[in-house]
Amino acid sequence: MHPAFSVVFLTTLIGAGQGLFLALFTVESYAAFGLLPAQADSFYAIGSAIATILLVLGLFASFFHLGHPERAWRAAAKWRTSWLSREVIALPAFMGTVFLYGVAHWFGINPVLAELPSGAPVNITAVLGTLGTVLAFALYICTAMIYACLRFLREWHTPLTVINYILLGGASGFTLAAALAATEAPDVMPLLASWALIITVLGLIGRAATLIRNARLKPKSTLQTAIGIKHPKIVQKAMGMMGGAFNTREFFHGQSAALLRSLKWVFLLTAFVIPIGLLSLGLSLAAGGTLLLAFVVQYLGLLAERWFFFAQANHPQNLYYQSVA
Amino acid sequence: MTQQSVQEVKNTTCYMCACRCGIRVHLRDGEVRYIDGNPDHPLNKGVICAKGSSGIMKQYSPARLTQPLRRKAGAERGAGEFEPISWEETFTILTERLGKIRATDPKKFALFTGRDQMQALTGMFARQFGTPNYAAHGGFCSVNMAAGMIYTIGGSFWEFGGPDLDRAKLFVMIGTAEDHHSNPMKMALSKFKRDGGRFVSINPVRTGYSAIADEWVPIRPGTDGAFLLAVIHEIIQKGLYDRDFLVQYSNAGELVNVNETSDEFGMFLRTEVPEEEACYDPQDKLWWDRTTNQPVVTHAEGADPFLLGEFKMKDGTPVKPSFQLLLERVKDYTPEWAEGVTGIPADTIRRLAYEMGVTARDQRIELPIAWTDSWGKEHDTVTGNPVAFHAMRGLAAHSNGFQSIRALAILMSLLGTIDRPGGFRHKVPFPRPIPPCARPPNHPNAVQPNKPLDGMALGWPADPDDLFVDENGGPVRIDKGFSWEYPLSVHGLMHNAITNAWRGDPYKIDTLLIFMANMAWNSTMNAVEVRKMLNDKDENGEYKIPFIVVADAFQSEMTAFADLILPDTTYLERHDVMSLLDRPISEFDGPVDSVRIPVLPPTGQCKPFQEVLIELGSRLKLPAFTTKDGQRKYRDYPDFIVNYETEPGSGIGFLAGWRGRGGEKSLRGEPNPNQWEMYAKNNCVFHHELPKSYQYMRNWNQGYLEWSQRNRITRYAEPILINIYSEVLMRFRQAAQGKGFSRKPPAHLAKRVETFFDPLPFYYDTLEAQATDKHQYPLAAITQRPMAMYHSWDSQNAWLRQIHAHNLLYVNAHTARVQGIEDGDWIWVESQWGKVKCMAKHSEAVEPGTVWTWNAIGKAAGAWGLTPDANESQKGFLLNHLISEELPACERGVDRRVSNSDPITGQAAWYDVRVKIYKVGAGETAVTEPQFPPLKPYPGQVERKSIWNYFAGKKGGKQ
Amino acid sequence: MTQLALVIDLNVCVGCHACVTNCKEWNTSGPAGPMVDQNPYDKDPTGTFFNRVQTFEVGEFPNTETVHFPKSCLHCEEPPCVPVCPTGASYKRKEDGIVLVDYDKCIGCKYCSWACPYGAREIDEHQRVMKKCTLCVDRIYDTTMTADERRPACVRACPTSARLFGDIHDPDSEVSKAIRENGGYALMPEWGTQPANHYLPRRKTNIRIREDELERADNPLKIDSQLPKPGKAEPSLDDVTSW
Repeated sequence: MHPAFSVVFLTTLIGAGQGLFLALFTVESYAAFGLLPAQADSFYAIGSAIATILLVLGLFASFFHLGHPERAWRAAAKWRTSWLSREVIALPAFMGTVFLYGVAHWFGINPVLAELPSGAPVNITAVLGTLGTVLAFALYICTAMIYACLRFLREWHTPLTVINYILLGGASGFTLAAALAATEAPDVMPLLASWALIITVLGLIGRAATLIRNARLKPKSTLQTAIGIKHPKIVQKAMGMMGGAFNTREFFHGQSAALLRSLKWVFLLTAFVIPIGLLSLGLSLAAGGTLLLAFVVQYLGLLAERWFFFAQANHPQNLYYQSVA
Repeated sequence: MTQQSVQEVKNTTCYMCACRCGIRVHLRDGEVRYIDGNPDHPLNKGVICAKGSSGIMKQYSPARLTQPLRRKAGAERGAGEFEPISWEETFTILTERLGKIRATDPKKFALFTGRDQMQALTGMFARQFGTPNYAAHGGFCSVNMAAGMIYTIGGSFWEFGGPDLDRAKLFVMIGTAEDHHSNPMKMALSKFKRDGGRFVSINPVRTGYSAIADEWVPIRPGTDGAFLLAVIHEIIQKGLYDRDFLVQYSNAGELVNVNETSDEFGMFLRTEVPEEEACYDPQDKLWWDRTTNQPVVTHAEGADPFLLGEFKMKDGTPVKPSFQLLLERVKDYTPEWAEGVTGIPADTIRRLAYEMGVTARDQRIELPIAWTDSWGKEHDTVTGNPVAFHAMRGLAAHSNGFQSIRALAILMSLLGTIDRPGGFRHKVPFPRPIPPCARPPNHPNAVQPNKPLDGMALGWPADPDDLFVDENGGPVRIDKGFSWEYPLSVHGLMHNAITNAWRGDPYKIDTLLIFMANMAWNSTMNAVEVRKMLNDKDENGEYKIPFIVVADAFQSEMTAFADLILPDTTYLERHDVMSLLDRPISEFDGPVDSVRIPVLPPTGQCKPFQEVLIELGSRLKLPAFTTKDGQRKYRDYPDFIVNYETEPGSGIGFLAGWRGRGGEKSLRGEPNPNQWEMYAKNNCVFHHELPKSYQYMRNWNQGYLEWSQRNRITRYAEPILINIYSEVLMRFRQAAQGKGFSRKPPAHLAKRVETFFDPLPFYYDTLEAQATDKHQYPLAAITQRPMAMYHSWDSQNAWLRQIHAHNLLYVNAHTARVQGIEDGDWIWVESQWGKVKCMAKHSEAVEPGTVWTWNAIGKAAGAWGLTPDANESQKGFLLNHLISEELPACERGVDRRVSNSDPITGQAAWYDVRVKIYKVGAGETAVTEPQFPPLKPYPGQVERKSIWNYFAGKKGGKQ
Repeated sequence: MTQLALVIDLNVCVGCHACVTNCKEWNTSGPAGPMVDQNPYDKDPTGTFFNRVQTFEVGEFPNTETVHFPKSCLHCEEPPCVPVCPTGASYKRKEDGIVLVDYDKCIGCKYCSWACPYGAREIDEHQRVMKKCTLCVDRIYDTTMTADERRPACVRACPTSARLFGDIHDPDSEVSKAIRENGGYALMPEWGTQPANHYLPRRKTNIRIREDELERADNPLKIDSQLPKPGKAEPSLDDVTSW
């Protein structure tokens, strides 16, 4: 597939935004159960603001993918069948929840609504946080399922796609949260950095598993099934047009196999290995700058990962578009 | 869509290629909304091809020329610098210049035309002007196919006749270009295959029609003659020929004088009856009768000739039936021999010969159609042997093409398939006598100031006295047509006109008028040098070809070299006729002609070229266009078409339908003032279906021949016997041998004429191959016709050029890999005449010794309304740069050149070129070469759109 | 239930592209148009087409088949492109099975094209909505046209009648018969999309000639050859023996 930058940015930005929110609410939950000291509202508010910005940027990027963004509202119509439609519903819902969560913290509007049997108070932010958590996971699933549900894009058609979207988004979000905590809530930095480390390692495992799986994939469609002729040797000589078409632009990354191979190592290093190192360093030195660097490197790595994710997917339609003559 | 849009449907005839299908043009608010095939047209029955469906993009193309243009003073030819002038000024310039030429030496005006479909008018204009220097594109197209077949069976393929696939069981297609007779061929092929027929394609390349063949037989280019002769060898050896057919309808049994010392050696023996000097084949030859064992006049009651054997006449003259001579000729042309030449395994050749022979013999068709033959014998049925053939430029465009095509026509005759069901069938006005009656002038005096040419500019020589040569045997025509170099050049040699005029050999001319032929590019051989010639000046700084006028609808490469450009209309903006006087669209069952009627007004100042000719003819006061008192005779082209008669009161005009005052007559009749309207009401086509009994065996069908004579389609109703043995060719050979009373060739051409004018087909290596070191240039290079493009015309077509934006050189994958050439590599293709840089494409569908590309996709930068970086000029290439228009003559020490053509007909030998290929050097750019300075758009060309959302109808909001 | 479809006969398709450009000219000025052409006179011309003819070579020289392969939307019975559309712009008509795009609803997200394994959808990069073959839905129900005209433009244009059109659910239709009797098949059956369009394979006709068919009693050579006949006066057994 041709990796569209709109979609690369959309998925990585909202993935990080979702992860960041999950990190914030993780902290709040720990605190609610007294496992951590309570943190200042400003930490949550700033975090939510950053998450909202990431989500808005992601949404903004997504509009570049649409031929008619002014009609984007129509995309909510087919939520019964279309994961894309579901994403279109989940994203603003989540975004609104994060926004409200941040507002509640910023203005300190946080009345206790109820108490749990354990005595823990259930206040507005807890409700919003829980709702946001559900929506964050729903959004991860929707986003990932847009790709994972396309059964003939076999590189994507695996539960690993969903797992990776959650882990990779989560990793970048937690790394960012750790960097934020370094200045805004130093107490929780170790917890967040540790989680970031754990999720990044899990992400590496998940992503590596996908790479290994995809390397072993045998194409289900062949030229033989594409044109229905049984012969081991079939070569396309002309695809019916010579100046290119939508089919040659949308479904081919247009880069060499060598570039793809090297990009694989680049993203494995930048999205996982280097951030793991930087997170460990930042954790041990309690250095906010290092953690921020970890996020930046990891985010760049994830851009490469996402580009690779699209590029690696080999669409069966490409069987019909192999030769210019 | 809008409510108030005005929708109309108008019928006319397509001109996106030469096929001439009936079309319906749907207009919305005066713009073309849709063009579909006319279901009521006999030719295409509602279907239409890719080109025809893209007419909209031709109509609104930015390559269109819209006003008369004059080369800017001081600008070089080829630079494309023009200024607009008015038509009045244009006509003034032309009338003055041409008037002066006509009053002094009319042959200094030369008119050559491309695939124009109006050769009857252009030829008539030239003749009226008085110049012999006229030809259309036939000489570089397929004249071998016309001449080789017509000199043998009195008809040929495409407009002249074709395979009867309705009833054939086996169809053999050899070297066919897909642009010829395209839609009817496609329709027939599909029906034939679905009816269970077997389709064999013999072709170096498997594309287009060959793709759906049941068997593809790859063959080396230029060796078709060897294959056909080997098949003939097998057919005779196994006795698979149709003896009865040959006896009755060919000269197979006629006795030939084989006394080598006689002046009459090689000629038929004749009875003593003095023959009338006329254009037919008198029935005065002899057979050796089997029953009486003595010579008798052919077709004598109860006689049956020996086809084989040697006999002695009473006077001791040894004689043989011509079939015996054929048998002797093919004795050594065994399949094993042919395998070495053609690359086709001997077993395959043998099997194909048996398939042809056994199918012809055992699957005989008998139709209950009674007819009477030329000898008065009545037949209850028409029989046929269902083996059909089709061939075109693949056979024709070789310097041995004429003899190869003779071999094909003879094979078709041996199988008994001429004008019979399931075989080959003629189309009116064919068959013609062998050769047809029109003769070229035979003396330089035919050209006189202020007089029409005394004879037809193009005709059919029957013996050396018909050649158009001077006292020394030198050519009179600028292209050396009908000279001893190419005696039977029945379509002229347009491909040599520019080179000869530039060199002044045989003489210099003044004005060259080219109509829709791209002679600075794909229609010329040796394009690089010819472009220089067009721009070359003599020591006085004058152009060697002083004045060049180009009439075309589009900004072709040739227009850039014009001094004066005459903007033609498109086919949707003009009247036209597909006339029986020209190359009509007749069907097997009878004559058909058709018209174009404008569906749109002319764009800008475009003027149909016919109108230009009528105007010029009137201004120059050419007799046919002027009344006795010197007044203009015809208002315009439609008026001319209605009222012109070949002779006053002849009743024969350009159109055969709805003649007579009220349109009540067909074929012959007085002019009908409402003829155009009647064509318009009848789908623009006239189809006269013959009675069934006149639809077959027409060479010898008394009823048909008399019908044809009554309607003045032919002058004589004599039978047209198939020329297995060609006495016409023998007459030329005889002259070359110094025998007989006719003219003799100049000494330096005697050997050439003697060699090639063999009365029986023979195989020889092409002339270019003979002049080439085949180890150095191991590959044959040819072109194929893409079905979605016609010649160079369609690169200006926004839809069609997306399908073929550039061309690649197809190379057999094995051949390429041996040379280290990978798929898509840039390579050089080099012949001994030039080299071209292009991209290679691996293919398994090409014979290993052949490379090929699509014809005429490559363009010069900036031509045809394209930007200078368009794919056509950056990646596309032209094979013509590798092909020379001349070959060195064989003699040592003599600076003589002959055309790179068939030595009999002057057919351009496009497909003879030999090449080598190799990868480009490391530093070489990925751009085709040679390159030429880019052309700029001319004044009057509309702006090129960069994004086009075509939607017909102004109210539809076309963007 | 009706399922309209094309059946494309590869046995007779010569690859002439008539269906390609006739489709374009009909549809560019119709409800499905305009169909953009970009760089129409420039480098790398490209545009929206609903139908393409491709060429494949099968096998190795000299046993090569050249196959011309027209391809347009296959109007799948289980169209994967339809459920993924977030707006409902892509839909399959219940009444005749044609898969269509409502341009007014299409947001140009291209997701449907990702979901189509056949590459049958092409976005119009100028109008920025997804386009595809409509089976000329604006022709086939137009009662102002003759019955002959109420067929898709590509079908009418095709010079080899390689394109058949009809209801594949009607067992007596021309298309159903063609599929049944001539080995009609679907593309990429592995995905279960059940394309409505079918293809008919190449079929070969061969002639078998038996040895004894080559020589026949009426062989004309027997008539024409003058086999050497000895003179009556030459010696024979009659001169030397009596029984």
